Amino acid sequence: MTDRGLQQHSGAEAVMHGSADKRANEEAARVRRRYRSEARFKAYGIAAIVVAISMLILLVGSIISTGWSAFYQYEIALDVTFEGSEIDANNPRTANYNGFIKSALRSQFPDVSGRKEKRKLYGLVSNGADLQAMQVVVDEPVKIGKTVRIWVLASDDIDSLLKGYIDRDLPEEDRRVKDTELEWIDQLKSDGRIRWSMNTVFWKSGDSREPELAGFWGAIVGSFFTLLVTLALSFPVGVLAAIYLEEFAPKNRWTDFVEVNINNLAAVPSIVFGLLGLAVFLNFFGLPRSAPLVGGIVLSLMTLPTIIIASRAALKAVPPSIREAALGVGASKHQVVTHHVLPLAMPGILTGTIIGMAQALGETAPLLMIGMVAFIVNVPGGITDPSTVMPVQIYLWADSPERAFVARTSAGIMALLGFLVLMNALAVILRKRFERRW
Amino acid sequence: MQIWALILILICLAAYGHVIGRRRAISFAAAKPALLHSLPFYHGAYLALWVVIPSLLAIALWLVAQGPIIESLIISGLNTDTQALSADRLSLVLNDIVNVASGDIPSREPTPEIAAAAQKFSELKKLSNLGMVVISLGLGIACLWWAKGKISAEFRARNQVERIFTIIMILASTIAILTTIGIVLSLLFEAWRFFLRIPLDDFLFGLQWSPQTAIRADQVGASGSFGAIPIFAGTLLITVIAMCVAVPLGLMSAIYMSEYASNRLRGVIKPLLEILAGVPTVVYGFFAALTVAPFFRGMGETVGLDVSSESALAAGVVMGIMIIPFVSSLSDDVMNAVPQTLRDGSFALGATKSETIRQVVLPAALPGVVGAVLLAVSRAIGETMIVVMAAGLAANLTANPFEAVTTVTVQIVTLLVGDQEFDSSKTLAAFALGLVLFFITLSLNVFALRIVRKYREKYD
Repeated sequence: MTDRGLQQHSGAEAVMHGSADKRANEEAARVRRRYRSEARFKAYGIAAIVVAISMLILLVGSIISTGWSAFYQYEIALDVTFEGSEIDANNPRTANYNGFIKSALRSQFPDVSGRKEKRKLYGLVSNGADLQAMQVVVDEPVKIGKTVRIWVLASDDIDSLLKGYIDRDLPEEDRRVKDTELEWIDQLKSDGRIRWSMNTVFWKSGDSREPELAGFWGAIVGSFFTLLVTLALSFPVGVLAAIYLEEFAPKNRWTDFVEVNINNLAAVPSIVFGLLGLAVFLNFFGLPRSAPLVGGIVLSLMTLPTIIIASRAALKAVPPSIREAALGVGASKHQVVTHHVLPLAMPGILTGTIIGMAQALGETAPLLMIGMVAFIVNVPGGITDPSTVMPVQIYLWADSPERAFVARTSAGIMALLGFLVLMNALAVILRKRFERRW
Repeated sequence: MQIWALILILICLAAYGHVIGRRRAISFAAAKPALLHSLPFYHGAYLALWVVIPSLLAIALWLVAQGPIIESLIISGLNTDTQALSADRLSLVLNDIVNVASGDIPSREPTPEIAAAAQKFSELKKLSNLGMVVISLGLGIACLWWAKGKISAEFRARNQVERIFTIIMILASTIAILTTIGIVLSLLFEAWRFFLRIPLDDFLFGLQWSPQTAIRADQVGASGSFGAIPIFAGTLLITVIAMCVAVPLGLMSAIYMSEYASNRLRGVIKPLLEILAGVPTVVYGFFAALTVAPFFRGMGETVGLDVSSESALAAGVVMGIMIIPFVSSLSDDVMNAVPQTLRDGSFALGATKSETIRQVVLPAALPGVVGAVLLAVSRAIGETMIVVMAAGLAANLTANPFEAVTTVTVQIVTLLVGDQEFDSSKTLAAFALGLVLFFITLSLNVFALRIVRKYREKYD
């Protein structure tokens, strides 16, 4: 472009005045066009970034807006009479607490009659209300034979209604909560028998078929055990492999082959590791299904390349002068590594490990293959107990048809993201605090 | 729990070995310290390693071997007509025996034969556990005693310990290879069993995928046909959609960040994009199913299009969003590797920034960008959770992005999740699909890494 501009300039003297003017105009127009295209190009770049970041905001926003309501729950006050004749004071767990809850509801709404209506009435409170009532008696046996006001959880439909997710203006047949139930709820509300409280069930219990009783704690503990196994396997193996490849391995075909292998493993789809786990660990070695042990082994194979690559980078960053100085005062090659290089590379290695663990924490697909998708109510107590992990629990809830599970799913996602943010923040702090420039 | 106690005892024994090794070395050194070849620490470490390694190996071997040995002993003790049962029935009987022995509820009322076998089983198990404890501890103590005898002033303990560590490190570095071999062998073996039942060309070129095998011979709609073309087509469709989102957005943001943005802006935007990469895929899947799919469906309704609620579009777009940071960070690296002199030369000729980027930087970075895109394609093909949650299950052979299609990973998950017998064509088909997936992603990666590497060497 510039050559042509030069030619035009030198030629301009020879041609007529008007023509030169025209050319100057053309030139100015061309420059304007080029600047316009420059501005457009820059705008495309800004637009791309804005779109990407607004997607992130949309993602987080939609999760938070659907999920925050799962952190509180509505409760209904019932005046429950613990009939002394029906409760064995020595063994209070055996009594029929469901009956007490039902009679409390009946006495609250004495004019309800008919089987269908009564069933609807009992459906106001959660299926777990009898357990709450039992807990009251087990904690304070003096309450046997008395009428006590206790707060029990509302059922998931009523909870959704109170949180405003069910539109009261819909025609009755399209609504999950019918007109009679609306009446009861309004009456309870005007009596001050409805309140909200923090959702402690979510943080304390395992999974359940009832949304209001489903908790995330079982999945958190399962994730903890799984990551424990992953860390115990992949950290030592990864660091040892990295040290060997970086400090000791001779430069030959075999070492190259190992390196190519590690790089390729890092890009193998995670579900393939699940197939490996299913075929080798479950069917060949006969390890237990759904156990954090197998999940941890599979995830450790998956995170191993990440840890090896990060550890090698950290080892490589230690300057050779350190090694030479140590060798110079008579240390052996192993002593150089264990006494000098490894401690200096440790912050980098730990950062890489934490990032690998965060990856493992969010991984779902391979765990589906080895049976960690089972419906598990109990909180696992060890690495061989059947359990599930946070992302799989999220997947299971996302698949559940009940409306109230949507909020639980989002709440679970928030908890998972919280853990991930914590881990990544730890990695960043570690890097900032201990990073050394040589 | 018992095994942990055993390992704890072994660790204590090793610590004891370390102490006596040190002490012995120091006692040798007392006479003439200069005579001692290695530091006392290495003598101790040598003894400790000799305690731990042989006995841990023994425990591992014992744990692997005890199950089959006890099983065969139990079977040989059963009645001859029970022994003559088929392998499946026999394993059921064995299961019952184990359940009775551990106090769980067996599938049937235990016969006297099973009860006796269960009794024998628990006795054998007890015996085996005892044997393991005795053998491993005995081995540990024997090795300790033997290794202790070797310690002397001239003993090269450091070299020995270092040699053991070198061996351990070599073993650790081969685990990556073992994993690859494990993946290839397990996929090949199961896929081979699948291809014994279903011919390879039926699988690769068949147009009909309905893995539900017929239970009755006359059953309609459960032909058990395994033609994978619709699945490959579905995977391709979703991948193409994802790339249409990820490549322009990722590339443009990389260009902006590497060529236009100030350092401060870069410092803000880069971590934000990295967050996008760190979000677990299950979260994207939920986002796709809950927010994006209904949004596209609603859009379709307003313009009169019939958009499926499990449309390929929703899954593809969300997958594209997930891959944006991947494309952008890789291409950012490649563009930063283009030497500044090329840019300066272009500016000196009067080109604007965008002209420089389009006509100088991008052509120079093109191989790297292509490599990045290929890596992104391999990611998209192997991505599981988004499509499992947002794409369909039925294998439609269509190129319409508004319809529901299924992908290789979705089929693997649906075929393998839940209770299934392991030998049916249905579950084996998942391994055949896994094999295809593994080889496609592997060749894409190898190819892409080669391109990227070749390019990098050009300017260094």
